[in-house]
Amino acid sequence: MRHATLTIMTTQTTTIYTRQGEFLAGIKDTFPMVIGAIPFGIIFGAVAVAGGLSPAAAMGMSLFVFAGSAQFIGANLFSQGVSFGIIVLTTFVVNLRHALYGASLAPYVKHLSQIWLLPLAFTLTDETYAIVISRYQQHDDSPYKHWYFFGSEVIMYFNWQTCTLIGIVAGQQFKDLANLGLDFAMVVTFIGIVIPLLVNRPMLICAIVAGVTSILANGLPNKLGLMVAALIGIAAGMIAEEIFQRKEVKT
Amino acid sequence: MNEVLLILGMMLVTFGVRYPMLAIVGRLQLPPLLVRALSYVPVAVLTAIIVPEVMMPDDTINIGMDNAYLVAGLLAVIVSWRTKNLLATIVIGMGGFLLWRAVIGA
Repeated sequence: MRHATLTIMTTQTTTIYTRQGEFLAGIKDTFPMVIGAIPFGIIFGAVAVAGGLSPAAAMGMSLFVFAGSAQFIGANLFSQGVSFGIIVLTTFVVNLRHALYGASLAPYVKHLSQIWLLPLAFTLTDETYAIVISRYQQHDDSPYKHWYFFGSEVIMYFNWQTCTLIGIVAGQQFKDLANLGLDFAMVVTFIGIVIPLLVNRPMLICAIVAGVTSILANGLPNKLGLMVAALIGIAAGMIAEEIFQRKEVKT
Repeated sequence: MNEVLLILGMMLVTFGVRYPMLAIVGRLQLPPLLVRALSYVPVAVLTAIIVPEVMMPDDTINIGMDNAYLVAGLLAVIVSWRTKNLLATIVIGMGGFLLWRAVIGA
């Protein structure tokens, strides 16, 4: 239970929210996401090391960047000898959706001090966002929801570090894991993330256009093809959204 | 490339994306157009990564059955579409990939 329920003799029930209650509830509710992140984290550790990153660098990415898909892509690009600038730019683009999460949560956290906002922002991920936004949208007046937020991030963070470590050690012990094509692990994980997002036609069109463009633009230097395909995909999605809305207005 | 600089760079842009929106947007209004565009970013970016990896694993387009990435990729798409379960998609996709590679003797 995320709160203690106090029943008074007059059969009036009051819900008491506590920092500890919210914190523990955040951890508990995030557990399914944690389970999902375990293979992702272990595979990242193994693939990063197999691709040429030092164990310290792989660990450093998990500790200081803490962004699964960006880490995967970064390690992949590194193993292909892509330049620093492109990797950082790609990281930026891949993580742009976190800006959306921040914007969506901002109204609920604007009363908090920087001491809270800095760590909460630092460890914000897809999983935590999904769990925490639900909590904030519940119509109760708990003053401690940021502790729920914190609990969610704490469990995700520590799980990620542990799994990365396991992956790094496994990757070093079984060096030929790289030949098994573990880079496919990144692909299959991304497929598993994207497909559920294709809930309407504009999203589908966005994906199709981005996919086709990425093949056509594959020859561009410095992995620019990725940026180009993403931008054109986004534009296609927005245009499709406009067109379908106009059609609805007409009928 | 200096690994420390790489991590620092990635860390700064990541934090630079996460923090301003969370901390400042309470006081600012994002243009609605930007918000709509942002919602397409994950799909566009991740698809742009997936498709070349699956269809051009060796830098030339390969849509034959000997492309384990393609075969297992399609399997993963089907599993994800039917179950919406990330763990199942990863396990079945990877399993299918390794199995297919063994079967075709890669």
